[in-house]
Amino acid sequence: MKNKLIKIGAMVASAVIMATSIPTVATAAESNYSYIYDYWGDVQEMPDAYNVCRVFTSIDLGLDKLLKNPSGMYVHDNMIYICDTGNDRIVICERTDADSIEVVKTVERIKGDVDTKTFSGPTDIAVSDDGNIFIADKGNARILKVDSDFKYILEFGKPDDTAISADLVFQPNKIVIDTAERVYCIANNINRGLCKYEADGTFSGFVGATKVTYDFQQYLIKKFASQEQLAQMESFVPTEYDNIYMDKEGFIYTVTDAGTEEDLKSGDADAVRKLNLLGSDILVRNGEWPIYGDLYMGGGGGFAGPSLFTDVTVLDNDIYVCLDKNRGRCFGYDDQGNMVFIFGGNGNMDGYFRQPAALEHMGNDLIVLDSLDCSITLFTPTEFGSLVYTAMEKFDEGEYEASGEAWETVMKLDGNYTLAYIGIGRSLLRQKQYEEAMDYFDLKYDADNYSKAFQQYRKKWVEKNIAIIVIVILAVFLIPLGIGKIRSIKREIDKEEFFNR
Amino acid sequence: MFEALKKKETYSKYFKTLKYSLYVISHPLDGFWDLTHEKRGSYAAANTILILTVLARLLKLRYTSFVVQEPVYWEDINIFVYIASIIFPLALWVIGNWGLTTLFDGKGRLGQVYIATCYGLTPYPLFQIPLMIASNFVTIEEAQLFSVLSVISLIYAAILIVLGMGQIHEYSLGKNILFTVATLFAMLVMIFILMIFFSMISQGVAYFISIAKELMFRM
Repeated sequence: MKNKLIKIGAMVASAVIMATSIPTVATAAESNYSYIYDYWGDVQEMPDAYNVCRVFTSIDLGLDKLLKNPSGMYVHDNMIYICDTGNDRIVICERTDADSIEVVKTVERIKGDVDTKTFSGPTDIAVSDDGNIFIADKGNARILKVDSDFKYILEFGKPDDTAISADLVFQPNKIVIDTAERVYCIANNINRGLCKYEADGTFSGFVGATKVTYDFQQYLIKKFASQEQLAQMESFVPTEYDNIYMDKEGFIYTVTDAGTEEDLKSGDADAVRKLNLLGSDILVRNGEWPIYGDLYMGGGGGFAGPSLFTDVTVLDNDIYVCLDKNRGRCFGYDDQGNMVFIFGGNGNMDGYFRQPAALEHMGNDLIVLDSLDCSITLFTPTEFGSLVYTAMEKFDEGEYEASGEAWETVMKLDGNYTLAYIGIGRSLLRQKQYEEAMDYFDLKYDADNYSKAFQQYRKKWVEKNIAIIVIVILAVFLIPLGIGKIRSIKREIDKEEFFNR
Repeated sequence: MFEALKKKETYSKYFKTLKYSLYVISHPLDGFWDLTHEKRGSYAAANTILILTVLARLLKLRYTSFVVQEPVYWEDINIFVYIASIIFPLALWVIGNWGLTTLFDGKGRLGQVYIATCYGLTPYPLFQIPLMIASNFVTIEEAQLFSVLSVISLIYAAILIVLGMGQIHEYSLGKNILFTVATLFAMLVMIFILMIFFSMISQGVAYFISIAKELMFRM
């Protein structure tokens, strides 16, 4: 009898263990892909905001000569321009369908009146609305401007500036162009910011150099160091940018991977900057966490140190996505600097990267170029990702109710998603439902928005109860006064000879 | 002992001595002088103020609005550490102060030093508890005032304690300040000795445990 009971007990226990452990193991394996940091800086798993639509290798694209170390990519409408750096050519692809990309042509030579007609390690490419193509032809020390037929128009050479030493070889690395076809370029070993060229090819100056920071300790060390020691030390120079992107409003987003862990954490270095025309940083950093990718920089999985941003792209809804080549992840931030999503990783599976080099977007789809894997990965937003975007876009359009509803759905899919709570709160705030809004902000410790809601709520409350407030205040002042008066009258009466007779 | 609890005078004296703390914080010199010399303070009131101070410190964590104070990560909170953060320095201060001043003709006894120190803490609960309640009715712009008032309550309490010691021991101002600094130094020495003591004890215990383990292993 007793044995039987034990047997049944063991069976039940093992069944329970099986039932509970297998699904959790399965989710844990998948769930590392997408996550986000919550208010406390803890990693919270979240539903995937992006799914891999398809991975295109050279063979999938139908290229005879395989891609070799491609490092630059540009998307214009539904055309994808890839700089096949190792093969000195440009590959132009077209996205013909939701999940297919076909090669239109490959270009190895340009036409027209120029001596060097071939490329030498092109690293970046950009296309203007007029169809002119700009190519950072790194090995040939020039930025080419060609028309849509790859006929030579003009080229931009080494900046004509006294600050640049004469024997420095011009190595344009990354370029962007604005609507007037002015060119902004990051060149290797030029740390004075972006080289800016006018549309006619003249160099017009540097913009957006990072501020040089040093602390008191470094200053003291420099003060007392000998010449030999000084020569060994790193000099205080502005950091070089690693990549640039120009959003639709003409602001330049730059990323750099030069920041050390301490500098990033103390705020001395910025991984991402948003430059206006004057070259000053106007990136909004209202988020709970600074914008430098992963908060934890430990050596888990053999990839230590901070996230190294290698490219950035800005979606039409002002969400910008940064690509980390250290851990192979994409970090999405909204225009206020709040984290929206993180996904990706290093590896050989679809959706993981080996050496991500460039990131572009086509609509809300993301395209990542891997220079070691020689492949492009096409990501499309999931239901969750689309809902988040809808909610944000609706809010920007002023449709607060619709935005609130979208955020409600997001919250149903992921109850841990901070932005959903704040989104619902902000939508309620616009609909003048202050008390409900306060509850949502309270849950996610959003003091700024809570204060806004509370201020209105308090104002309404005071207006509603003004009569009671006045009565209470009067009572507080008048009753003691009255009591004092009555007492003094009573004392007068007691003192009066007349009554005491 | 329980007889006293039945008597009405016990309570009236308790409330009188407790109310006297308000006189002490508004008239520190006069107040602290009478506290011991006229016996207008009591242990019961001193204990009450100390308990209120500890309570204020604990309640603040939970009931201050997140607009004013950084939200608390509860998993990292050890309530005993928070209680000790007031009791432990206070105990060190009282013992250190008494230990030093008793050698340099301080007139105060250990109990009197304790009572005066506790009375000096009065501004803390008196400021912090209303601030804690009021914090739930403010916006982030108004929150600046709170940190200022909070700091003021701490400085106020510190000044009161220092002044109180001077009155208890009948010291001049200069001597009082000298012994305040000396007491702080004595606290450091005590912490140092305690740390050595505990590390020695733990090493000693570990030694005997390892001997015992060795013996059990051999037998």
